[in-house]
Amino acid sequence: MNTFTDVEIESITLRIDDKDVSCRKGETVLQVARENGIDIPTLCYMEGLTVWGGCRLCMVEIAGFPKLQAACATVCTEGMNISTNSPRLENYRRIIVELLLAERNHVCSVCVSNGHCELQAMAIKLGIDHVRFAYRFPHLDVDNSHDRMRMDHNRCILCSRCVRVCAEIEGAHTKDIKGRGVLAAIIHDLDQNWGESETCTSCGKCVNICPTGALTHRGTAVGEMTKKTMFLPYLTLMREAQP
Amino acid sequence: MKPEELTAMAEKARNQDAHFSHHIHVCTESGCVSSQSDVLLKNITDEVQRRGLKSTVCVKGVGCMGLCCNGPLLKADDTMYQSVKPEHAGTVVESLAGQPVAELVCDTKQPFFTRQKLIVRENAGRIDPENLADCVAHGAYRALLKVLTGMTPQQVIAEISESGLRGRGGAGFPTGLKWATVSKAGGKTKYVICNGDEGDPGAFMDRSVMEGDPHRVLEGMAIAAYAVGARQGILYVRAEYPLAVKRLTRAINQARREGLLGHGLFGSNFDFNVEIRLGAGAFVCGEETALIASVEGKRGMPRPRPPYPANSGLHGCPTLINNVETFANIPAIIERGGKWFATIGTEKSKGTKIFALTGKIKNTGLIEVPMGMPLREIIYDIAGGIPDGKAFKAVQTGGPSGGCIPAEHLDITVDYESLTKLGSIMGSGGMIVMDETSNMVDVARFFMEFCMSESCGKCIPCRVGTYEMHELLDRICKRQATMADLSLLKDLCDMVKQTSLCGLGQSAPNPVLSTLRYFESEYLKLIQSSPTGLAEDGAKHVALEVLS
Repeated sequence: MNTFTDVEIESITLRIDDKDVSCRKGETVLQVARENGIDIPTLCYMEGLTVWGGCRLCMVEIAGFPKLQAACATVCTEGMNISTNSPRLENYRRIIVELLLAERNHVCSVCVSNGHCELQAMAIKLGIDHVRFAYRFPHLDVDNSHDRMRMDHNRCILCSRCVRVCAEIEGAHTKDIKGRGVLAAIIHDLDQNWGESETCTSCGKCVNICPTGALTHRGTAVGEMTKKTMFLPYLTLMREAQP
Repeated sequence: MKPEELTAMAEKARNQDAHFSHHIHVCTESGCVSSQSDVLLKNITDEVQRRGLKSTVCVKGVGCMGLCCNGPLLKADDTMYQSVKPEHAGTVVESLAGQPVAELVCDTKQPFFTRQKLIVRENAGRIDPENLADCVAHGAYRALLKVLTGMTPQQVIAEISESGLRGRGGAGFPTGLKWATVSKAGGKTKYVICNGDEGDPGAFMDRSVMEGDPHRVLEGMAIAAYAVGARQGILYVRAEYPLAVKRLTRAINQARREGLLGHGLFGSNFDFNVEIRLGAGAFVCGEETALIASVEGKRGMPRPRPPYPANSGLHGCPTLINNVETFANIPAIIERGGKWFATIGTEKSKGTKIFALTGKIKNTGLIEVPMGMPLREIIYDIAGGIPDGKAFKAVQTGGPSGGCIPAEHLDITVDYESLTKLGSIMGSGGMIVMDETSNMVDVARFFMEFCMSESCGKCIPCRVGTYEMHELLDRICKRQATMADLSLLKDLCDMVKQTSLCGLGQSAPNPVLSTLRYFESEYLKLIQSSPTGLAEDGAKHVALEVLS
């Protein structure tokens, strides 16, 4: 117990990957690991949003727990002994990312996020050079109806960060999820076109928080750059007008 | 309602009943109604009226009598009749005075009836579920009266703990421990939820309890609420059970009108109300956190646990969630004592369990047997064995979350531990029997298709993993698979089992794992007979990589 201040903050010591670390009561395994420079991969977790626990990449082994635990959703307790990168966990993580790559149409070479994509980075980090599972190649829409932003369902990994940031930070709750299983998809309002949404404030938080190229600003896709050549006649005119 | 009013109500109903010299009970549950038992009931009532026997013959619709394959079932005094058609009404009424109708008689001396032990279903087939007075005459709300007039919540929990009752929803968590946890949780508002979202293919135990004895479920919930300190109950029933919803709604209204639900029950200061919430047809809403989200009006998706509902459940309040059958066990335990209940069953699995027998067996229907009964006895004696002289191959317990048990393990006893040891689970109580003609890979594919279409899509292992497992199984079934596919399937099963968010995903690979455990030869046969089969590493994969 800290006797120097009035605030009673219980501190906890635990062990992550054979490294002794300490934390405050209530912190999650993921938070503590990151504070101490231990990297646990995540895709759906985002500091500042509620915990989703959907990507399952942050699964860790905790001594005494019969099952693997999601680091993002597990609160630290005294004396925990955690392993974050065993060969078994690495294997599971690789399969999870392979499944994501097989689920929708992720083609990096023509993606606006090529080089800035968390899914791509994760695949590279985990050393995924091929996918063993059957590609689904689903036929999915691109919602191009919003005048500033665009949703490409082909590149969505359903991490729900956009849903949470829209509901929890912007307070609009424009986005949500419809459907089940592999048919689940992000929707706007009552499954309307994004451009017709009455609740969207066009704040753009969802675009900035999206880990892949699923949500983008308009004007950034291949072939969208237009030249504005009208400056030249205008300049010429101005020059001629001068004495 | 005051304590003496309950006794008076029971007495009155019993006196009325004593005036009748004959009783005709017609099953009016979904199974028999689907073969026109409702028309039969009406015809018999009309026939009795027409013959002027209304004052001597009591005709009533009752709950399930078990042998659903021979429905509609009907009991005229002590004779049971099977496959009774609406046009038989006259014959049956006529037979009351004379000899039974020989060609319709159902033998109640057969093992199907004699080997059962009825606790939860003790009143099914005897009471009219739509008539409160009839239920009270057969003991309904007596346990609640006992609890409210002479037991402290701690005593109730101690009694349940002593009984050794374990959750009947599938996982088998000790009920007493769950109640104790919720009762100790802080907070003024607590909830009791009854999980009636039975969704396993081939399971209909809870439906039968809700349709056949709805007041027993309400009573169990009220006792639980008293024990844990809750005042509000929620009955979560799937909308695909319209008859159960109708009967429960009626039961709640009746109980409320008579003061068996509401304020100050039996003169105590205990208030309890129940409302019904309908599930919109999602299997995953049987998972407790998804169920709570659904009740809250959100999308039915599970969330990581802890916090467990016992600490933070509905609207963030401590919440007790039990299955229909668990609640239906409570009144009997309170009335006859935890010690009595603990004498039934095995060392670790107490009491009885209802099973829904389906598939390739002679007697399909509902049975209630003591825990620890040998599987062989259930399949061959009670269920009557396999029809058409075929051989038994396997029985699937626990639905899509369970596994199959092959012929060599027929002598195991049916309890939580031994089923888990064999790679299956008790589950909610579905038993699907397969004979020698069944293709086990196809069985695994069927259950995987179910899991795939019922996955909520929240976590990746379940969402995409079930799809890819189904894809691989489909490939094996169509003789297009290689040995590499089989090993990939095994890896995938392991990953989905270990990393999925909720019970649906964690148990989705079970049908594959258990068929692989006992019937791997069938997988190998299909693979080896496929044109690409013997190629160790399919060239197809390489081609796909190049394409991508």
